[in-house]
Amino acid sequence: MVIECKHVWAHISGYLDATLPPEVLEQVQKHLEHCEICSAILDSTRNILILTADERVFELPLGFSERLHARLEDEIRGLAP
Amino acid sequence: MIAQILAGNSQLFHELIRPYERRVYIMALSFLRNEADAEDAAQEAFLKAFRNLASFRGEAKFGTWLISITLNEARSRIRHRDTIKMESLDEPPDDQGHTLPALLRDWKEIPSEALERKEIRLLLQKAITALPLIYREVFQLRDIEQLSVNEAAAALGISIAAVKVRLHRARMMLQKKLAPELKQVAPKRRWFAWS
Repeated sequence: MVIECKHVWAHISGYLDATLPPEVLEQVQKHLEHCEICSAILDSTRNILILTADERVFELPLGFSERLHARLEDEIRGLAP
Repeated sequence: MIAQILAGNSQLFHELIRPYERRVYIMALSFLRNEADAEDAAQEAFLKAFRNLASFRGEAKFGTWLISITLNEARSRIRHRDTIKMESLDEPPDDQGHTLPALLRDWKEIPSEALERKEIRLLLQKAITALPLIYREVFQLRDIEQLSVNEAAAALGISIAAVKVRLHRARMMLQKKLAPELKQVAPKRRWFAWS
């Protein structure tokens, strides 16, 4: 069975997570072999997920750890007998 | 270590939470979209974890338990925040349909070295924080914190099917927004690693 682009788009996430049922996976793969648009959508989505997962995107503010542990220390001492 | 802390060695709590500092802060930031609020909420979440450590049963991972506390803290702040427009915790009613991706004819891989550029980091930050909350929280847990679908569903109190649907929409929204922007700022020829 041949599927259209819009059906492939609905499966991009499942494809990336490798959770598609075998028959759907086969249809999507066949479509990707000849569709440069869907291939580019898949590649760009995968690339974006790799970039957004990188620790450098969101960094801890300077001094965050010191302030956190100072506040915790106050709490710990407050609760200590 | 948790047993030792509960037995009275409270100082060990400092060590217990060190691996989770970044995760808790980023989670709070993702919700609150403001660094100062996120830092305060993160601190509060750690304090609550300390105060309630005895109720941690070990059924979930400690990190997942911490995330649940952080989610509750951030959500309660969103509910009570009166200086900005309240953000709905429910599914946007007008967004039941499919999110169409940005159509491209080709995609040149953007390597992680590109993140050395502040411009690229800002594009990514803005796109993630602009996602509606129900999509942002799922994306954050699955694709940034790398929780499993089951763990994300448990942390958010939603079904596994809902996690999958929301995650798909979040990813498509990010592709739609970011692919054209990244394509524009990516260099024409090739990437060189920054030394």
